[in-house]
This record gives sequence, C-alpha cells and structure tokens, in this order.
Amino acid sequence: MQVPAPFEYLRATSVEHAIGLLVRHGPETRLVAGGHSLLPMMKLRLAAPELLVDINELTDLAYVTVDRDVLRIGALTRHAALLAAPAVGHVAPVLHDAERSIADAIVRNRGTVGGSVCQADPSEDLSGAFCALRAEAVIRGAQGTRTVPMREFFLGPYQTAVGPAEMLVELRVPLWSTGSAYVKVDRRAGDWAVAAAAAALRVADGVITDAGIGLTAVGSFVAAEAEASLLGRPPTEETFAAAGRLAAQHCRPSADQRGPVDYKRHLAGELTVRALRKAAA
Amino acid sequence: MTEVRVVVNGRVERRDVEPRLLLVHLLRDELGLTGTHWGCDTSNCGACVVWLDDVPVKSCTVLAAMADGHSVRTVEGLAPPGGLDPVQRAFIDCHGLQCGFCTPAMLLTARWLLDHTPDPTEEEIRTAIAGITCRCTGYANIVKAIQRAAS
Repeated sequence: MQVPAPFEYLRATSVEHAIGLLVRHGPETRLVAGGHSLLPMMKLRLAAPELLVDINELTDLAYVTVDRDVLRIGALTRHAALLAAPAVGHVAPVLHDAERSIADAIVRNRGTVGGSVCQADPSEDLSGAFCALRAEAVIRGAQGTRTVPMREFFLGPYQTAVGPAEMLVELRVPLWSTGSAYVKVDRRAGDWAVAAAAAALRVADGVITDAGIGLTAVGSFVAAEAEASLLGRPPTEETFAAAGRLAAQHCRPSADQRGPVDYKRHLAGELTVRALRKAAA
Repeated sequence: MTEVRVVVNGRVERRDVEPRLLLVHLLRDELGLTGTHWGCDTSNCGACVVWLDDVPVKSCTVLAAMADGHSVRTVEGLAPPGGLDPVQRAFIDCHGLQCGFCTPAMLLTARWLLDHTPDPTEEEIRTAIAGITCRCTGYANIVKAIQRAAS
C-alpha cells in the first residue's frame, strides 16, 4: 500500500488566498489541483510537502477562450475540457493531438493543463506543443502578474520559472499558425512518449513565414535549428526532411528503458517530418 | 485530522480523516463500500474508478479531503432499487466479466459514456475504457456489452 507522508491540508478560496498561504507557510508548501503528478510522487515518497493547498475550488481558473488572435487556457482547465473544446481543434490542433495521447480518458477528467506543465516532466506532451506555439505562461505572485514565454518556462527536469510563492494562472497561445500537429511514439496506449514532435507553421503565398518545432523526451523542448531552416522555404518534403535531420542532429536524448539514444534520435527526426507534413496539410 | 462531508450514492456521510487518506480507502475502509476496488495504486489500472461530481475519476489518486462538499457515486449506487442498470444487465448477457475485478469500474465508465454518448462507436467505447485494465483480457465482450447496453 502506497501512503504519502503526513501533511497538512488547506483549501484555497481564491487565487489571492492560495498565494497568501504559499507566502505564509514557505517552500515546503505545494499547490495541488488534479493531483495526478503530485500525489503519485508523494505516495512514492519522492515528494513530501508539509502543506498541500488544494486549488480545485478555484473554478474561475478553468476556462478555454478564443479571442481573435489569442487562445487563453485557465491553469485549472482539465485535460478533458481542453480536448472537448472544438475551437481548440480549429486554432491549435497540435493541442488536441497532444491531449489525445495523454494517459487515458479517466485521468484526463481529473488532471489539469496547468498541473501538467508545472510538473515539467521531460516526457510531458503539452510542454513541447506549447513551445512550438510560442505560448506564454501567466504567473501570479504577491507582487502581481508576470508573463514568461514557455520556451523560458522550463528550467530543467521538474523545474519551472514559477517561484515558490507564485502560481501559474493561465496559458496564452498567440494564434499565428496556419496549421499545427503533434505526433508521438509510445510503447503502449497512454504511456509516456519514447519521443514526440510538435510542429506549428505559418504558410503564406507558398512559403513558410513562421515555424515552431517542439520535441518531447529528447532533452530539449525546442528544436531551434530545425525551425530556422524552414523560414522562407516552400512547405515541401525536401524542406521537411532537412528540418528533420537538424532536429535529430541537435537533440540530446538519454538512453533509458524506452530506448537507446540512436533510436530516440531517429524518432526525433522522423516525427519532426511527420508533424510538419501534418501541420502543412 | 480534517472533516470530510461527502454525499455518497445520495447519502450524506461525515468522517474525520487524515489528510493523506485516499478516496478509495475512505470508501472501502471507512464506509464499507468494497465494490470500489483497489488495484495498482498508481492510477494505471483503473479498478478504483468512481464518479466524483458526476465524472469518472481514479479514486486512488484523489484525496478523501478533496471530496469534502462534493458527491461520489460508486458501483453500489448504480442499480435502481430492486433492479439492475441496463449496463449491468448487458454485462451479464454478453459475458462481459470473468474475474470481476475491473467490472465496477467498467460499469461506472460505461454508464457515464452512454449518458453522454448514447450511441457510441466501437472506437469511442474503447477510448472511454482505455484507462481500465481487464486482467482477464476480456475486452471484446466488454465492448459488446456496452454496445448491447446502448441499444
């Protein structure tokens, strides 16, 4: 039987209340929403916070809105709600592709978008997708609100730009892309990625004018060299193959039970090509 | 200790619990509702599925304290008095269970699916139950049972 170490439990009644509790009780305090990353870590005693602040009642942080050129996703939005929002499928299909591959439908009923990115697991599916889209994280603290590009949000495995007395409140996605997609290889349905690629493209007059490529589980969430290679080129197989080669060359996968380095490098390249192909279709 | 007041299958229950108590153990050990099964403890197998505020969740990964002020439906609350829910009847008719360990979770998930998607495709059924492991690998009959219940 897996039992977390003892902790105190409080419920936040507002964002301000939650931040006040974080300030007052110090760095051994953790926010918990869906709990599908934190509670398993606590059961394995990999995490042992002294106080959990439950933010599940802050339902005003659960929303998905499209406002002309920006998609806003409240941090408490459940995965199932993001997947059920038809507008997201129109303006940022990469997010629906990624959501469909996260765990299973029952886990997606409880897990939250904000919780997933704050866990900062290198294999997490939305992180690369948000990086490809050049999304921004909206972070609230006692001093006010600040925004951090998702490409600067992840400081390392399980480390983010969110300070100990701050909370992520929104993900903001600028809608510049004309197409986007996420392609993943996993060992079985609902598993963590062996590798995956997210692509977002803006194509105008037969030329790629903007591009974002995110990678999952291969060392970095962004494939900058591959992105740069796409600009000013037509969206052809040749262009995509060159970008795939660069993504494979510059990624830094680690060998683990999901596969050796050369296999993951191969996947990074091939999945980049497939994601670009789908984004351009 | 923290006080939990939760409506379980329509009945108000109050308990003082440790904050670290998981919902699955509140249901089984404190309330005696052993129809909710406790399997892998890692939110993989899905044997512990219950409805929390009318949505299926894995109760091994929800704190009992989180259910305070909310409602829970377990398999014991599925059948109408003196009868069976159509999904229960269909699981019997289609031999949709063997050892029975995953069955409460399958039934609750099937009921939720059919409440929201009355005429699901086979793919929709398989997606809905993908988070529940049948150790007997009896998925074909489980899918048939859900299709039968839909019709």
